[in-house]
Amino acid sequence: MTDKTNKKQDLVAASRLVDETGLKNRLIEFFTKWEVLLAIIFVLMFIVFGSITPKFLRLKNLLNQSGTFMEKSIMALPMIFIIMCGDIDISVASIVALSGFGIGMAAEAGAPTPVIVLVGLAIGLVCGLVNGLLVTGLNMPAIAVTLATQSIYRGISKGVLGEHACTTFPESFQFFGQGTLGGSHIPFSLLLYAVLAVIMYFVLQRTVYGRRLYAIGSCAEAARFSGIKVKKARVINFALMGLFAGIAAVILASRICSVRSNIAENYDMETITLVVLGGVAITGGKGTVYGVVISSFLVGFLKFGLTLMKVNGTYQTIAVGALLIIAVLLPRLLDMFKANRKLAKQQAQARLEEAGAVSK
Amino acid sequence: MNGKTALNKIGKWIGGRREASLVILLLISCLLIGVMSPDFFSSTNVDTIINDIAILAIVSIAQFFVILSNGIDISVGAIIAFSGMACGMINQDHPGTPIFVIILAGLGLGLAMGAINGALVAYGKIPPIITTLGTCSIFRGSTFLLSKNTWVTAHEMTDAFKHFPRGRFLGITTLVWCALIVIVIAYVFSRYTRTGRAIYAIGGNPTAAKFVGVSESKTRFIVFLISGLLSGFAGFLWTTRYASAVNEMASGFEMQAVASCVLGGVNFAGGSGGIIGVVLGALFFGIINNALPSLYLNVFWQLFVQGLIVLIALMVNTIVDDRKARKLLAQRRVSK
Repeated sequence: MTDKTNKKQDLVAASRLVDETGLKNRLIEFFTKWEVLLAIIFVLMFIVFGSITPKFLRLKNLLNQSGTFMEKSIMALPMIFIIMCGDIDISVASIVALSGFGIGMAAEAGAPTPVIVLVGLAIGLVCGLVNGLLVTGLNMPAIAVTLATQSIYRGISKGVLGEHACTTFPESFQFFGQGTLGGSHIPFSLLLYAVLAVIMYFVLQRTVYGRRLYAIGSCAEAARFSGIKVKKARVINFALMGLFAGIAAVILASRICSVRSNIAENYDMETITLVVLGGVAITGGKGTVYGVVISSFLVGFLKFGLTLMKVNGTYQTIAVGALLIIAVLLPRLLDMFKANRKLAKQQAQARLEEAGAVSK
Repeated sequence: MNGKTALNKIGKWIGGRREASLVILLLISCLLIGVMSPDFFSSTNVDTIINDIAILAIVSIAQFFVILSNGIDISVGAIIAFSGMACGMINQDHPGTPIFVIILAGLGLGLAMGAINGALVAYGKIPPIITTLGTCSIFRGSTFLLSKNTWVTAHEMTDAFKHFPRGRFLGITTLVWCALIVIVIAYVFSRYTRTGRAIYAIGGNPTAAKFVGVSESKTRFIVFLISGLLSGFAGFLWTTRYASAVNEMASGFEMQAVASCVLGGVNFAGGSGGIIGVVLGALFFGIINNALPSLYLNVFWQLFVQGLIVLIALMVNTIVDDRKARKLLAQRRVSK
């Protein structure tokens, strides 16, 4: 008798677990989504910092502050594509340096603003294209190639500039990094980032081309056999990365009004951190643009809050490094949890079917 | 055996061995540099070059084992900085500490940092590039915290500490002896021990390695332990050789270590390469760096030249490996 009731209870529990429409199941599905967790952390951060220093919550401060981390946020967007396809680019900081070098030289030569910007973008695009062609042309690992080009790109800027700093820029050029939108406190770079992020979101998550990138990241070989031009897509990714690094260089040069060979050092680490923290799997094939947008603001405002609390910059460096590792470790644990749940569900389903067959 | 077949054999040996072609490349570049600046072959200059590359050789060997297992260690520069700074500070605060205790401290700290990397990679299953990119900034940041943003300068160090790498035995400095000992141990370890061969196996084909009973996670952990240990030792040597401990020391050094490996023919996909190649690669780097000023290039171009050499070496490696693979495939077809 007790055995029968036990079995009945077991079946009820099993059917509860399988039920997709159940509120509890839905909640668990929702809250174990990485992007949702990020958003919760984001809100928590605002509550914590806001209660410690009310200055943190002032919109004007937040908007001003957002202008200071737009370069990295912009660079994180194409990095999503690159990591999505299972590649990596650790030369991005050097591309910013080389592109910034071109911008500085053009400005010192007295070029008008549009020419300066074009020079910056063109250098970035060419650098990215070189990376892409080297990686796909000879089938060399992206990490090794970009490690070499990292030295080459920064090396050129270092070799020509030496200790020299370019500091003369036309008045109109300063708008890209310092300008705000007509009377408001919204930085121009923030608007630019918003536009770029929306475009990248649509390309990756709403077009066939974007779905192909997911396919490449999941299994490049299978993607190739199903007719996707894998090499072409990867070259485009790297070229895009270069172009966006060029955009970042324009904004950075315009914001700090000074170009040296050592600008943007460490940007590659921070850019990769943003992407990984945003939920893009380092092994490729998984991730979203909006996750990375959330993580970009999360890290940016976290640094702002820590600065307001007068936390030493060194601790911030350590925090970002630790964040990178945690950002990879946590989703893995989450995935394990999900896999366990899936297994439990399948077992429950099997038990239900068995019971159904018996009763029939 | 007549002369012709012997010559053929030598030709085949040179063509087939990465090390032999590297030696020839080294000789040619030495000859060219020597013609342009006769000072190059002076005994003092040769001594300088060998002393300059001693630390690079040690760290390159550290990097070699990681790359061999199909990983990468970006954090070696930061490990050098942390352990070097710690060694310098011990010497500054407790001048009476014997040198070997300081060496042990450097080794221990390196080992601990390597263990952190190894645990994250082997047991946390985080890709090596991400792990070491993260720990790189953690270790470097910790160096700043340890030193409270200050330096240890030469006059704050004891004479015994500073003179350690400069002492000579049989005409060779202690620094070079240290490097030689590391090279010999690493050579024997990589070729003749079980663990050494396991690292090759893991890098070559992890699945196959598992089936013959090699523990993948244990081997990966050991690889990072070795890398940390050697980098910690290099940190001690760095501080004594340059007689100063600066927070930024050895930044970008990981790049040079990787470069020596690539030059030495170590495959980035793991599983192939050897200690001799790596040491020759480091030697080549030392020579190029030493010769740059005499080739009328200022120091600022050093980074560019290094990057270019790495890229070329990488391309050569890839093309050679590709041809080898094709040849094997063709042979297999013929034998069928």
